Amino acid sequence: MQRFEFVARFARNRGALVGACLILFVALMAVFASVFFPTDPLRIVGLPELWPGEDPEFPLGTDSLGRDILSMIVHGARATLLIGLFASAVATIIGVGVGATAGYFGGWVDEIAMRVAELFQTIPNLIFVLTIVVILGSTLTNIVIAIGIVSWTPIARMTRAEFLSLRDREFVQACRSMGMSDLRIIVSEILPNALPPVIVLSSLVVAGAILFESAVSFLGLGDPNVASWGRLVGDGRQLIRSSWYICAIPGIAIMITVLCLNLVGDGLNDALNPKLRDR
Amino acid sequence: MAGELVSPTPALRGSARRTAALRLLRRRLIQAVPLMLGVVIINFCLIQMAPGSFLELMTAENQVSDPATVALLRKTYGLDDPVWMQLLKYIWALLHFDFGFSYRQNMPVIQAIWIHLPATVLLMVSSIALAISIGVAAGVVASMKVRTFWDSLVSIAAMFFYAAPSFWLGIMMIVLFSVKLGWLPVGGMMKIGGNGGVLDILHHLILPTLALGLFYAAIYTRVMRSSMLEVAQLDFVRTARAKGLSRNKVTIHHVLRNALLPVVTILGVQMGTVLAGSVVIESVFSWPGVGSLLFDSVSSRNYPVVLGIMVLGSLVVIAANIAVDLIYMWLDPRIEIR
Amino acid sequence: MSGSALPLEIVDLRTTLFTRRGEMKAVDGLSLTVGAGETVALVGESGCGKSLSALSIMRLLPDPPARIVGGQVKLNGRDIVPLPEETMLGIRGKEIGMIFQDPISSLNPVTTVEKQIVEVLMTHTELGRGQARVRAHELLELVGMPDAARRLDAYPHQLSGGMCQRVVIAMAIACSPSVLIADEPTTALDVTVQAQVLALLKKLQADAGMAMIFITHDLGVVAETADRVVVMYAGRKVEEASVDELFENPLHPYTVGLIGATPTPGAERAERLADIPGMVPPLNALPQGCAFAPRCTRVMDRCLTEKPALTVPGPGRLVACFAAERG
Ligand SMILES: Nc1ncnc2c1ncn2[C@@H]1O[C@H](COP(=O)(O)OP(=O)(O)OP(=O)(O)O)[C@@H](O)[C@H]1O
Ligand code: SF4
Ligand SMILES: [Mg+2]
Repeated sequence: MQRFEFVARFARNRGALVGACLILFVALMAVFASVFFPTDPLRIVGLPELWPGEDPEFPLGTDSLGRDILSMIVHGARATLLIGLFASAVATIIGVGVGATAGYFGGWVDEIAMRVAELFQTIPNLIFVLTIVVILGSTLTNIVIAIGIVSWTPIARMTRAEFLSLRDREFVQACRSMGMSDLRIIVSEILPNALPPVIVLSSLVVAGAILFESAVSFLGLGDPNVASWGRLVGDGRQLIRSSWYICAIPGIAIMITVLCLNLVGDGLNDALNPKLRDR
Repeated sequence: MAGELVSPTPALRGSARRTAALRLLRRRLIQAVPLMLGVVIINFCLIQMAPGSFLELMTAENQVSDPATVALLRKTYGLDDPVWMQLLKYIWALLHFDFGFSYRQNMPVIQAIWIHLPATVLLMVSSIALAISIGVAAGVVASMKVRTFWDSLVSIAAMFFYAAPSFWLGIMMIVLFSVKLGWLPVGGMMKIGGNGGVLDILHHLILPTLALGLFYAAIYTRVMRSSMLEVAQLDFVRTARAKGLSRNKVTIHHVLRNALLPVVTILGVQMGTVLAGSVVIESVFSWPGVGSLLFDSVSSRNYPVVLGIMVLGSLVVIAANIAVDLIYMWLDPRIEIR
Repeated sequence: MSGSALPLEIVDLRTTLFTRRGEMKAVDGLSLTVGAGETVALVGESGCGKSLSALSIMRLLPDPPARIVGGQVKLNGRDIVPLPEETMLGIRGKEIGMIFQDPISSLNPVTTVEKQIVEVLMTHTELGRGQARVRAHELLELVGMPDAARRLDAYPHQLSGGMCQRVVIAMAIACSPSVLIADEPTTALDVTVQAQVLALLKKLQADAGMAMIFITHDLGVVAETADRVVVMYAGRKVEEASVDELFENPLHPYTVGLIGATPTPGAERAERLADIPGMVPPLNALPQGCAFAPRCTRVMDRCLTEKPALTVPGPGRLVACFAAERG
């Protein structure tokens, strides 16, 4: 019943619905990339610098080497989305862990946790990511972890706030009086109640992570084996005088994906807090 | 609780507010110490985790082989000591602004960063100024024309600029304004051979400022719009209208200033990301700031500079945050220092 | 315009809420006059339309959803309902002053008391900034602000609720309005402070000869402050009488209920009104006949189908009830 209402409220938000559909489309594109374009997207298949529409075989044109841009975009979707999802997962795990501990135990634990969060907000995020990547190496794992490390603070703050408001509720006190361990109370009693708004926030962190990754790849510091959209923008940069579409197309792909993720996040948020909207 | 009989605090005015501001300043400076310590420790951990020896890291690509220099470095960083001693020595060195030597620039790291800092600060300040002016103006317009064409237009524009990667936006603007229209320079901070006249620099500043600032303008627009709508519901706005003030006067004198507070708050939270964002934008526009230095150092694995930028970047963020706190205090008299 | 026009004369005022759940008549044909120096109390349970009536008089309704759909509000003889907003700007704060329920939130938290008072003076008078500041100081003294000179520079959060209400009162009377509307001015205050603020309002009114509409829940306050009382129920006036007559001989069963739920007039303990059994019906589901019928102890068949109109049971009295007509 309640779940149905939630879905109905979400579906009433037209922007969020369109966003969700487009995200689904991009995700399907990513999943079935090798079905539509079985050949290596980085293979040279035609004349270089064909404009979109110039050759029907390459609807989005070809890049400076003669590679099919559409194929690269479709394959790049996989890299971009996966990095975004995993980085957001890392951020969520750190954020929920820190936030839950801080909110549940309070006191000096909370104090320290919040100072650490402040610390991670102080270090300029991209500079931190670049430093980690350059010192520990430009592998996919390092990049994902680095982005997660700079993105967890909002999640921690929200989890903490939820825990603070839940930890003194009756059902939690009942568990405590039954002698349930702290860990068990946190994980199986409070967390499920605190999770919905946190998940909404994680979906927004995916959008931020995609922007991050694209910046790192654009600077040429991404994993050299991964052709994400950001790297395609970076690769096309040399040719903006003659063939600016090579740069423009992957950027549009990033923008639309991030836009849709934000719309979905906003829609989920509004559906969770109907009061804010009905005013 | 309503209706206590006595005034809790006497009016703050002039010198009283100044002392309060100084107290805030002192408190923030004290709080900055553990923060900086944290940054330095994170730095140190990264160094420890890096493959290769500390010495290799700190001398970077040049592979210093001069035994005298190596001996000096070993001594400065206490490489023969236990790890905690090394940390102390590292902190000690940083306290003396000794961030190592950059062989690439052939100068101490601190100096290399210092000469690149003004360009970055200029870009940051101009971008934030742009973001706030656009964000506040657009947010106010949208809130005053709520649920009309103008409101939708502003919201849609904000959504797009919030989703567009700044580097891509920068490149697209170069394509349009520099390559196609020829109005603005492609990059750099001044004309080649130019002496850096103010107008010349401003001319070069326009595109990077737009590329970096529009993202934040989008955020401030959204925050400002909803904050204006929220404040407009508050009781004192009705009181102001009951005094016979026009809608515009009420909006400007009463709603606006209260609605600005959340914008100032997120401005403080985002200082670090603004600095980080300028790294990418500087690389797009060959803007000769810390970002360009960082990019160059990252590409050439010039670790001392990279680590130095992280520490000094955090310092800049802390300073900017303190400035934001003071602004907040000036805007909101309710803030009192415990 | 004749000099003898009443400061405030409301004729058949109708204010409707246009909401998603339909139209609701929040104020339904309210008529009311207030003479110079007179205080009329507007009483009734929560949600009966007292505040919306007051805001209608100020033309400050939250629009959407609320709009005046009919009737007249004559201020010194001139109907202000059809006036354009620009004209209203010159009337609000100058000819009508208003005081609100929650004094602390009624003041702008980031501006000093002085600026907020000076603002109303500079909007409606020829005073320069310097003169306006002097006048603001005088006004604060007039409303009995302790240590007035120093409070000018204070921000609202530095003042107590009572002091904030004095500031709001100072702003409301700054331009000597002929009508003052006080919407539950003491509800949010401590009992001792309530008495002080009431005394202040009475004194200011007597000195300036203002007409005052006093909205309240508190019949004890009514007995002390008002000359006449208008009882509202579900957007309508159900009874009107002088204070003495109302307390001595309430005619409408609702009024009887209200007074029964209150200790004797003037008594120390001030009760809220909501002690009549039953609930106020929602405005979009009013019964077909008398709105009070579901809760009325004297309900008759006729009450369920017909709306009672206002009748004149005696000189200076009005009541809308079939049972009361019969006596
Ligand atoms: N902005 C609004 N939107 C929708 N309904 C409203 C609004 N303002 C008031 N109402 C409704 O109009 C009716 C009358 O409200 P009003 O504020 O005039 O009551 P009141 O008599 O002043 O009550 P109280 O004693 O609680 O102040 C109420 O049912 C209320 O729910
Ligand atoms: S009209 Fe009838 S229902 Fe209404 S108050 Fe009078 S007796 Fe009661
Ligand atoms: Mg009210």
